[in-house]
Amino acid sequence: MNGTQWAFLGVYFLLALIFPALPIVIAHFLGPRRPNPIKDDVYECGLKTYGSPWVPIKVQYYLFALVFLIFDVELVFLYPWAVAYDMLPMFAVFEGILFILMLGAALVYAWKREALDWYEPTMPEFRS
Amino acid sequence: MVPTSFYIFLAALLFTIGAVAVLVRRNTLIIYMAVELMLNSANLAFVAFARQFGDISGQLFVFFVITIAAAEVAVGLALIVTIFHTKHSVDIDAMHELKG
Amino acid sequence: MTVPVTWQDVAALLPEFFLVVWASALLLLDVFWIREKRTTAWLSALGFVVALVLAVGQMGRAPLLAFRGMVIADAFSVFLVALFALSGLVGILLAQDYLARNGIERGEFYVLLMFSVVGMMLMARVADLVMIFLALELFSLPLYVMTGFARPRADSEEAALKYFLLGAFASGFMAFGIALVYGATSTTSLPHMVDVIQAGEADLALLTAGAALVLTGLGFKIATVPFHMWTPDVYHGAPSPVSGFMAATAKMAGFAALLRLFVLVFPVVADLTPVLWALAALSMVLGNVAAIAQRNIKRLLAYSSIAHAGYMLSAAVAFADPHLGPQAVAAILFYLVAYVLATFGAWGVVILLERRIGQEGLLLEDYAGLSRQYPGLAAAMAVFMLSFIGVPPTLGFFGKFYLFRVVLDAGFVGLALIGVLTSLVSAYYYLRVVMLMYMKPGEPIVRREPRVQATVLAAAALTLFLGLTAASSLYAWATEAILRFG
Repeated sequence: MNGTQWAFLGVYFLLALIFPALPIVIAHFLGPRRPNPIKDDVYECGLKTYGSPWVPIKVQYYLFALVFLIFDVELVFLYPWAVAYDMLPMFAVFEGILFILMLGAALVYAWKREALDWYEPTMPEFRS
Repeated sequence: MVPTSFYIFLAALLFTIGAVAVLVRRNTLIIYMAVELMLNSANLAFVAFARQFGDISGQLFVFFVITIAAAEVAVGLALIVTIFHTKHSVDIDAMHELKG
Repeated sequence: MTVPVTWQDVAALLPEFFLVVWASALLLLDVFWIREKRTTAWLSALGFVVALVLAVGQMGRAPLLAFRGMVIADAFSVFLVALFALSGLVGILLAQDYLARNGIERGEFYVLLMFSVVGMMLMARVADLVMIFLALELFSLPLYVMTGFARPRADSEEAALKYFLLGAFASGFMAFGIALVYGATSTTSLPHMVDVIQAGEADLALLTAGAALVLTGLGFKIATVPFHMWTPDVYHGAPSPVSGFMAATAKMAGFAALLRLFVLVFPVVADLTPVLWALAALSMVLGNVAAIAQRNIKRLLAYSSIAHAGYMLSAAVAFADPHLGPQAVAAILFYLVAYVLATFGAWGVVILLERRIGQEGLLLEDYAGLSRQYPGLAAAMAVFMLSFIGVPPTLGFFGKFYLFRVVLDAGFVGLALIGVLTSLVSAYYYLRVVMLMYMKPGEPIVRREPRVQATVLAAAALTLFLGLTAASSLYAWATEAILRFG
């Protein structure tokens, strides 16, 4: 890597700093400032904010999120499989089906373990 | 075309930031985020090399790293949630049952 | 690119395939039909027996690259796969009674253990960088969960979190190291990489940096100094059968990948020899010295495992020498067998004496007077301790003998000297356990659990009699387990 290229990198970083900073600075000088209570309020989709946002989130949300996360990300392997489907050898088709079956088994397991049921009290203890 | 060494330089920078953050931060969630940064810096390096070599296997590796990272998040967050139940804290300074 | 994948590829991975299918089926069986958790335990034990038979059936075949060069079934991997199947079986034998008596027995434990063993088997089979990363995670993730299995006990949860965070940290190093190695050689396939390196087309600086990062990642898994700080806490906090299982098998898996990478692919990065030398020396010194100060048997065994990682690593220092590489591999495999036998046995004794989970019966004083009431158990524990020190005629002696011979042949006299001296230091704390059992009066309370007792006695018998009769033939067998690519 020669000096010119490093210079390009430097210029790029500089531009990356200036570009977002410029509108903020311009707005600071040009924009009129007439604050009132409504403008200073927390932005909440036009509704009045209700309660404190710092309440503990129910632990069950995490359980749902974790199960969702796994199935969501595993999908990444099915995209290329589906795109190349009509060109695949038989073995690859079997592999894909096996993969889906394993995901299905995991889903059945989570279901049976009541990870997908919504309980009003706190997180269901896994039965032993 | 941006030379590969730029990407590797950036990846190494991200990796170092991640590794240092793991060592200095006390909050387990932040530590885990730093680990994610390390994994993603590896992803960046992989994609950059794959483009340089015109080779698909480097990009494939990224898929695997992403899914492994998701599996790690699932296990890690589950552990953090259970430990929060017991300790009501996710700070590693609160972990003092075991000396060392 | 379009090499068709056939049933031959499946045959190359038959033990792993069987275990995955068996474990998945067992997971569903466990939630739907099985009432007694013990049934799950026996079914998974049966799975390991079948896997062991399948692995033994693979012995003696020509090396076979399978799944487009992702994995390889060579003598080295088959040797270790058989050992892993056996370890899984022992792991279940040690765990079942312990989990049941402490009220933490869940069917998932056995399934997780099976998945973990599959990951370790794949660590022995790797022929591609992608597989190293995947196998490493496959065996680590279940171990994190198993470490925290005694929840809501705070020490177990804490151990799990520590293990998880440092394990994830290590996999970050691993991933970045693999990326650099890929960048240096333009391929992830290990056989191709060997070709590229021999043709002199690899970027050596990048390769060395990548190899060093991969070494760091593996160093966490095999617990060498300075990547060992999690070990005492995790072994201490985890349920004892899990600690024993980890101490024995995770180290084997780490060494499997380390040997394949460094002996077979990276001899060219001889620059790392001093680094390995330092890691080995530090592990031997620090592990043994720190173990002296321990009062808790679990922590003592944890530090001792660090020291043993150092001994094995000292033979791996010879990796860059093409003539000594195979000998180093054989010596390390032999030492692993000796180490695994003694480790499982010693942890079995710990399990028998632990009164409630993580409480009472874990201090060294609790072993006082063991020889009076339980002479068999005390004798077995003494055999394990002697094997750890390396006293003839136990298997551990032959293990250290072969290891130090390789180290001397490679010309690392200083390292061999450190090894012998630290072995003498280690005699102090190992013999203290023996002395407490035989010389001090006490009223030890021991569980009557025939399966664990039988496992302990079998391990002791093997440690003693293999050492007396079959050490050289076992070493010859290990020598045949050479690393190959096709």
